[in-house]
Amino acid sequence: MTPTQHDIDVEIAAAHEAYRKRLAGGAAPEHHPDRAYAPYRSTALRHPGQPLIPVPAQRDPEAVELFAPAFGESDVTEHDNDLTLQHPGTPLGERITVEGRLLDRRGRPVRGQLVEIWQANAAGRYAHQRDRHPAPLDPNFSGVGRTLTDEAGRWRFTTVKPGAYPWRNHTNAWRPAHIHFSVFGTAFTRRLVTQMYFPDDPLFPHDPILQSVTDDDARQRLVATYDHGLSRSEWSLGYRWNIVLDGPGATWAEEGDAQ
Amino acid sequence: MTTADALLPPTPSQTVGPFYGYALPFPGGPDIAPAGHVGALTVHGVVLDGRGAPVPDALLEIWGPGPDGRVPATTGTFRRDETHGGFLGRHPGEFTGFGRVATDREGRWAVRTLRPGTRGSAAPYLGVCLFARGLLHHLFTRVYFPDDTTAHADDPLLASLPARRRATLIARAEPGSSYRFDIRLQGEDETVFLEFR
Repeated sequence: MTPTQHDIDVEIAAAHEAYRKRLAGGAAPEHHPDRAYAPYRSTALRHPGQPLIPVPAQRDPEAVELFAPAFGESDVTEHDNDLTLQHPGTPLGERITVEGRLLDRRGRPVRGQLVEIWQANAAGRYAHQRDRHPAPLDPNFSGVGRTLTDEAGRWRFTTVKPGAYPWRNHTNAWRPAHIHFSVFGTAFTRRLVTQMYFPDDPLFPHDPILQSVTDDDARQRLVATYDHGLSRSEWSLGYRWNIVLDGPGATWAEEGDAQ
Repeated sequence: MTTADALLPPTPSQTVGPFYGYALPFPGGPDIAPAGHVGALTVHGVVLDGRGAPVPDALLEIWGPGPDGRVPATTGTFRRDETHGGFLGRHPGEFTGFGRVATDREGRWAVRTLRPGTRGSAAPYLGVCLFARGLLHHLFTRVYFPDDTTAHADDPLLASLPARRRATLIARAEPGSSYRFDIRLQGEDETVFLEFR
C-alpha cells in the first residue's frame, strides 16, 4: 500500500529521535544522510549493506582520488551562469540571483572549480522527458547552468525561482523548491552533489529527502538565506548560500592535521 | 594546533535525483581516451540494485591517471562553444583523465579511456564515483585490471580485503581491449565501496 504523508512523517520523526539518542549517547554529529534512510523509499534497494572500506589518505598519499580533474576557461562560456539568457525569450517566474562561496573546512576559498546546477522551472516542471507533472514547460527555460569559482571561491547564478513539484514517494508527496548543485573540489574525494532550498518553505518537515539529513544544524546548511543586499532594484531577488566541501586531499596532512 | 571544532561543518550531500539527465551528462563524456588512440580500452558494465535489477538512472564519474601514472592537469573536459552556447567536445588530442556517463534503461554504461599507470604503492586502477536516484550520498569504488595480479598482492586496499570482496573490484578481461565491471549496490557480491579519510 502506498504510504500516506502521515506514515512518512512518523518515520521521519522516528529517525530524528534515533539520531538524538545517538548524539546523547556521545556519538559524533552526522553531517551527511544515512544512505539507508527508509522514509525515502528509493533508498531501500540502493544502499550498500556492507560497511564502507576506509582508505586513509596517509596510507597512500599518491591515490588519484586525492587529486581532481582540472577545469579552465574553455569549460564554461560567459552566459552559462545566467539561466534567463539561454533562449530567445525571457523565462516566466520570479527572477533571482543565487551566490555564495565554495570553501574547504578551514574556510579557505576553493578556486577555479566547476559548479553545475539544474532545476525545475517556475511551475515546478523539469525540461526532462520523463517528468510527467502536468505543469507547463517553459520554452524559454532549460534550467541548466554552470560556472567556475573565482579567486575568492565565489560563484553566482541568475535564474528563476523553481516551483515545488509532486513525486511518487508516497501519496500527495511534494518536494520543496530546490536547486540541484554539483560541485568539484581540489580532490575527487571532495566531490559533492546536493540540493539548495529556499528559506521558510512549509514543505520542509514533510520532505524525506531534506529530512534525511537528521542533524538540525546540518539540514539548515542546505537552506539559502534571503539577502536584501543582493536584491537588485526593479530586477531580481538575491539569495546567499555557501558550500563547504568535506573529505581528504593531497595536502590534507600539510594542512595541520598531523601536528 | 587546529581542533576538529575549529573546522567549518560541511554541506550535506543530497541525492542527484532522477532528472539530472539533461544537465550532467555531456557529449563525449564517456570518451576519455583521445580520439583514435591505439592504446584506448573500453570499460563497461551494468549497475544493479539489491534485487539484481538494473539501475537506469545512475551516473558514473571516472577519474584516472595517464598511462605514465601522472595526474592530468589538462582542462577542457567540458569544452564549451562561445558561438551557440553548446558543448564543443573535448580537444581530440588531449587526455583530461575525467569522464562522466549515465546508465541507460538497462543499467549499462561504458567509457573509453587509457590504461591508468601506477601511482604510489597501489596497483593501477580507475577511480569511480557513483550517483543515483535513491542514493543520498555518492559512493566511491575502484576498477582494477585483471592482468596486474602481481601488483594486486601489494596493493594496500586489495590486500586488506577477503578474496570474495576483493574480486568485486577487479574487472573481467574480454576480447579486444575491453573490460567488464559490474557494480552491485547491495546484496550478494555487493561491490566494495570506499570511504576516504
